Amino acid sequence: MSTESMGWTATTDVPRPLVERLHHWVTTVDHKRLGILYVVYALIFLVVGGIEATLMRIQLIRPHNAFVSPQAFNQLFTMHGTTMIFFVAMPMVFGFANYLVPLMIGARDMAFPRLNAFSFWMTAFGGLLLYFSIVGGYGLYGAGGAPDVGWFAYAPLTAKTFSPGHSTDFWTLSLLVSGVGSIGTAVNLIATILCLRCPGMTLGKMPLLAWMNLTMAGLVILAVGPLTAAQLMLVVDRYLGGHFFDTQAGGSAVVWMHFFWVFGHPEVYVLAIPAFAFASEIIPVFSRKAIFGYPVMVAATLAIGFISMSVWAHHMFTVGMTSLANTFFVLSTMAIAVPTGIKIFNWLATMWGGKISFRTPMLFATAFLFQFLIAGLTGVMLSSAPFNWQLSGSYFVVAHFHYVIVGAILFMVFAAFYYWFPKVSGRMYDERLGKLHFWLFVIGFHLTFDFMHVPGLLGMPRRIYTYEPGRGWDVWNLIVTIGVLFQSAAVLVFVANLVLSWFRGQPAGSDPWDGWTLEWSTTSPPPEYNYAVLPVVRSRRPLWDLKHPEDPDWKYE
Amino acid sequence: MAAALWPGPTPLSPTDIFAPASTPAKSIFELSLFVLSAAAAIFLVVFGLLVYAVLRFRKRANDDGREPAQVYGSTQVELAWTIIPVLIVLVLFLTSARVILSVQDAVQPAGALQVTVIGHQFWWEYRYPGLNVVTANELHVPVSDPQHPTPTVLKLLSADTDHSFWVPRLAGKTDLIPNFPNSTWIDPHEIGLYEGQCAQYCGTQHAKMLLRVYVDSREDFERWVQKQRQPAELSEAVSRGRAVFERTACINCHAVQGTAANGTFGPDLTHLMSRDTIASGAAPNTEEELRRWVENPDSIKPGSRMPAMGLDKQQLDEVTAYLVSLR
Repeated sequence: MSTESMGWTATTDVPRPLVERLHHWVTTVDHKRLGILYVVYALIFLVVGGIEATLMRIQLIRPHNAFVSPQAFNQLFTMHGTTMIFFVAMPMVFGFANYLVPLMIGARDMAFPRLNAFSFWMTAFGGLLLYFSIVGGYGLYGAGGAPDVGWFAYAPLTAKTFSPGHSTDFWTLSLLVSGVGSIGTAVNLIATILCLRCPGMTLGKMPLLAWMNLTMAGLVILAVGPLTAAQLMLVVDRYLGGHFFDTQAGGSAVVWMHFFWVFGHPEVYVLAIPAFAFASEIIPVFSRKAIFGYPVMVAATLAIGFISMSVWAHHMFTVGMTSLANTFFVLSTMAIAVPTGIKIFNWLATMWGGKISFRTPMLFATAFLFQFLIAGLTGVMLSSAPFNWQLSGSYFVVAHFHYVIVGAILFMVFAAFYYWFPKVSGRMYDERLGKLHFWLFVIGFHLTFDFMHVPGLLGMPRRIYTYEPGRGWDVWNLIVTIGVLFQSAAVLVFVANLVLSWFRGQPAGSDPWDGWTLEWSTTSPPPEYNYAVLPVVRSRRPLWDLKHPEDPDWKYE
Repeated sequence: MAAALWPGPTPLSPTDIFAPASTPAKSIFELSLFVLSAAAAIFLVVFGLLVYAVLRFRKRANDDGREPAQVYGSTQVELAWTIIPVLIVLVLFLTSARVILSVQDAVQPAGALQVTVIGHQFWWEYRYPGLNVVTANELHVPVSDPQHPTPTVLKLLSADTDHSFWVPRLAGKTDLIPNFPNSTWIDPHEIGLYEGQCAQYCGTQHAKMLLRVYVDSREDFERWVQKQRQPAELSEAVSRGRAVFERTACINCHAVQGTAANGTFGPDLTHLMSRDTIASGAAPNTEEELRRWVENPDSIKPGSRMPAMGLDKQQLDEVTAYLVSLR
């Protein structure tokens, strides 16, 4: 049902009663509103997952601390990992893709608006199911309990023998349900990008953000399937007498690892490629230059997507694979450094010779480049299987993947927040608060995650609720925990900036950044139908052509 | 990290991966120095370019407002930063492959000591099949002279969930997976105690599943083996404690060779007092700590598999006296 027929228009001036407004949000099939729902949902869970991380860091501030029990600590890291990957990072990138892709390809909505709403609500209920375990986890056994099997839930710890009650079932079901939502969104993005581009926008003239989200969606379809299959097998094991992973009856723990990481490693790129997409839109605009090497960027993205399907067992160098298998996965994993390096160089070349304006989005994008470089290099160290035999399962790995997920992906997500906030809200954010957020977060991030590498090199394994004194780990853990203070303060400033600017910010106008892609040609916020007249484009930067009729891009492409 | 610059003398930690004392750890250490220097070189180049771009190309206060020259790409440049990384990756791959083969496919001499390591929630069982020795939590191996290596080959099994054997100064980690036998090897060059701990999350007390490897001189190792092969020396003075031990559920899980106790779920206690620690390294092996452990295991290791037996004060004293007599 179209919302117009219910008497709604996007430019209504008279505020509607709260109930009606809420009803409109719940029943919406508009890609922009669903995008906002995804992002707000992800932000709420970001705070929840952040609180879990903070509790763990308080526990680890000194050896033999007794702030939380071992049982609670194990639940905390399981919930932190599961929450951050499935209910923060994924909805965050889906939210931005939902909001931006139709606008940037000149479409009026996603290809399947109702599937879009369905996908969001599946993801949302998946997250609620996970947290319902806190009251329902032990079922008839009494009190509740969150799952405590770790976010990759290695068999046979998930078997009935080792995990009685229902906490593992809530974990399994929440991922099954949200996985359906993820696949729905991926199908929708692919259909939208392939079928709904505006006249003139050939594949080669799409914004890089669309190319990268297309690749991301393809990876989601390939990766989430194995995870869903593994979850179903686990349910069969636990309730129907199956023995896929039941080692006491001849099942295989290693098969679970393969299933999980066939999902798990492409998943890293499901999250990273959208971050690359933000960088590929934001860096050119703030450097005032076209992206350097567009066709190479597209090829590198597809190469990363392709190679990322063949690297999963680098998570398993310590499980006793043959030397041949180990060698293969070293090669495939190191190979992915090449297209990734190409991207970093192309972003640098885009900045080269430009006039770089360091507004908040560009600050975050610059820090992203720096941190992603380091994350890539520690990744190369980890990809060398022998080095990995020492580093795997240690705090070095924890530091490495937080460098990827926080230092690269979350930094770029913050950049995207500030860059598109004027478009979404119609108002400017506060630049001073934005810069305060940036500096606090940079300090906190580096205090926490730079120093976290060291205890890993000194032999500290991950997932331990406490540690022995006298191992030289104490001071590093103290510094790591102090960094959390700065990060928490930064997130508070960020949320305050969003909320205050949403209501009180200066009107932004439709094109505050002098941008080049289609979303800046419509009003801020865009009307429900996005474009009154569908745009027609001739190049990758339609707004550049409009602003520079004497020197349009289409002459060179 | 500092230890990387002075390999050998003072490790920053008893579990420092950059202070190797055995061939597998040493091969990894040498490879890691090479990988680290390659990474450092790449970092310096790219970081330098980034800093230069940020400083040199920032928008000036007196900017004329004109757009800079638009450059869309360059095939030569793109080729350069494709081919150079490909070459670096090839070198790193080949050096890594060499170490994979040298560590994983090493042929062991016939005289290598064979030990079976069985991971349990949350302790380590060690069986020496050729020597008829069974012990727990503290592994003893002979020192290996680099000129005439006498390595120890560890067969890795699990009785329940996944675990991982990681003593950083001796070797990289290898997982213990139920239904999936693994192996690793060490040839420690220096006498001493090497520490580590379980490195694969295995349940509630994963954190207190500590590893202690005692590298003994040849003679000390022989003496230790001789002693471990003896049945328990039983003393009449502690017969009341032994009776409590054998009449409660203790013997369902623990064995004391030469008595009725032959359980296998928990550590073998025949020579309990020859060990420095209890509860897989969680506490020192003193009379006081033993008593505390028997009274309420959760006070040392909450969530451990050993139940509190609800013994009264006198029974506790007697059982502790019995345990202390197991030398």
